[in-house]
Amino acid sequence: MYRYDEFDHEFVRERVAQFSDQVARRLAGEISEDAFKPLRLMNGVYLQLHAYMLRVAIPYGTLNSKQMRMLGHIARKYDRGYGHFTTRQNIQYNWPKLSDIPAILEDLASVEMHAIQTSGNCIRNVTSDQFAGAAADEIADPRPYAEILRQWSSVHPEFSFLPRKFKIAITGAPNDRAAIQVHDIGLQLVTNDKGEIGFAVYIGGGQGRTPLVAKKVRDFLPEEDLLSYTTAIVRVYNLHGRRDNKYKARIKILVHETGIEELKAQIEAEFAHLKDSELKLPEADVDAITRYFAMPDLPERPEGWAQLAAWKKADAEFARWLTQNVRPHKNPDYASVTISLKPIGGIPGDATDEQMELVADLAEEYGFDELRISHEQNIILPHVAMADLEAVYRALKSGGLATGNIGFITDMIACPGLDYCALANARSIPVAQAISERFGSPERQAEIGELKIKISGCINACGHHHVGHIGLLGVEKKGEELYQITLGGSADENTSIGEILGRGFEPEKVTDAIETIVDTYLAIRKDPSEIFIETYRRVGAQPFKDALYPAKAA
Amino acid sequence: MTAKVLTANRLTDGIAVWWSAKGEWQTVLQGALVANDDEAAAALEAIGKRDLAANLVVDVALIDVNVVDGVLKPLRLRERIRADGPTIEYAPTCRAKEEAA
Ligand code: SF4
Repeated sequence: MYRYDEFDHEFVRERVAQFSDQVARRLAGEISEDAFKPLRLMNGVYLQLHAYMLRVAIPYGTLNSKQMRMLGHIARKYDRGYGHFTTRQNIQYNWPKLSDIPAILEDLASVEMHAIQTSGNCIRNVTSDQFAGAAADEIADPRPYAEILRQWSSVHPEFSFLPRKFKIAITGAPNDRAAIQVHDIGLQLVTNDKGEIGFAVYIGGGQGRTPLVAKKVRDFLPEEDLLSYTTAIVRVYNLHGRRDNKYKARIKILVHETGIEELKAQIEAEFAHLKDSELKLPEADVDAITRYFAMPDLPERPEGWAQLAAWKKADAEFARWLTQNVRPHKNPDYASVTISLKPIGGIPGDATDEQMELVADLAEEYGFDELRISHEQNIILPHVAMADLEAVYRALKSGGLATGNIGFITDMIACPGLDYCALANARSIPVAQAISERFGSPERQAEIGELKIKISGCINACGHHHVGHIGLLGVEKKGEELYQITLGGSADENTSIGEILGRGFEPEKVTDAIETIVDTYLAIRKDPSEIFIETYRRVGAQPFKDALYPAKAA
Repeated sequence: MTAKVLTANRLTDGIAVWWSAKGEWQTVLQGALVANDDEAAAALEAIGKRDLAANLVVDVALIDVNVVDGVLKPLRLRERIRADGPTIEYAPTCRAKEEAA
């Protein structure tokens, strides 16, 4: 993975020193909250309901053991022994003291991490496929390009005060696991007839108050034009994006109000000026960055195949975990393991200090020192020999991390919601927990098959409810929590926004409503191979509405 | 008028605090000074402004509460959660450690 060069070290060190000084002056009463707030936000420090919150960037969700161990150390030393992995592939700490933030940032800097640009109206952490570099279906590893974008966008002078935040996602595979079509810019690696690598470019996707699927502006952008074209997009947005209304300030609204053809013409005109500028990517630079992400040297381990068969026979739980949480790797002797942060009845995305350390140890011992965080709030060991899977599983089990539910109904996304978040209208976590308990039996989950539930505690949609097969949005009505249900969303290569079914449900009735939806699906699916979203796309919302609101149907 | 109490987050660590009947910021809601009329509410507001300006607290707000048998209950769920903490068993291992300490 990428290692900081002198410039990166210096940049982060200077920023830590600068912000530490700002914190000291704030604590001494020399800076007012009004003046300090934008400064702290630029450094990832929020104020939530109970305490400050620190959001730490995990660039494109990639980290090594040392970094994961440090995240655990910070959780223990400065927080309450846990952290929350987010849909932005980052980690949030819920209880840091402002006075400890400088020390935390120094600890992070010692392992080449920071919290810069995890908030504010700038280009945020670039997100990517959690299986990047390992996935059998990818054209190329997207992370070198994500890293190039990270370097380009870090304290970019022109793009530090955009109309609103700006999110870029990139996938190297045709099967989109990075939800690129609900980002401000989505990039998909593709090849042209000559076999050259380039990008399909999408703009204007997003969730929040106005969910919109991105529009494609380029079928093939040559690799060397990545930065010039991206600059052209962000420049046009920076010039014309609305600043009068924060709810209309994202690029998706500009796309919507200007029209994609007109906006595309503006971007292309800007790009024509930039194309041959210093933004053109020299091949040597791309190669140099790509070398950082080279596949580790994977020794041949063919013995795994025979061993696995025997282990599976001996242990049904292991067999289930293997089916759900382990997926093929480019190298047939290896696999990618998804470590579920969704224990039955647990808090989606939370991990304790000890769990982070355990995972770091496993990455070091069995995983070539590599870890990933997925936007679905799980941890990935991208390269594990099949022959080591049993040992990895046993260790995970000892740490409460061996839930075999990836892609199942209990593998939910949930934002922090009203248990922590100052913007929330309703809680997300207890709703997720109740659903998880209801559907927790392995047999029942397996019978239901792939089903993605996503829960947000307010319309900001950090919990991606718009693109859940089943989405839940918490609202406040007459001082009480109420949950709106949407169906039919998805965030893959066939991205769609879910449709609201009807009136919302009280907290104590949500799980029953989900069960009604699931039972309806089970009754009408063609056969068990037709997953929930396929059934929904075939039959539409009506059967689900009839089941949920019987009085109206009569 | 609905009864009101004054709440904020402490500057140094962000922990939620309430202005107490003893005339100081405390980390529990019960025992907060209750304003039952406009004059008392204005006095609380002034304290909030003063301590915000003095950089002791941030995010100052007057919130509505019910008082039943001397027990304060905020009207909004948001404020009840601020007072009682997350409604979930977060990081149970660390909690156990804290309780043992
Ligand atoms: S969706 Fe709303 S409640 Fe949930 S984390 Fe985002 S802002 Fe907070």
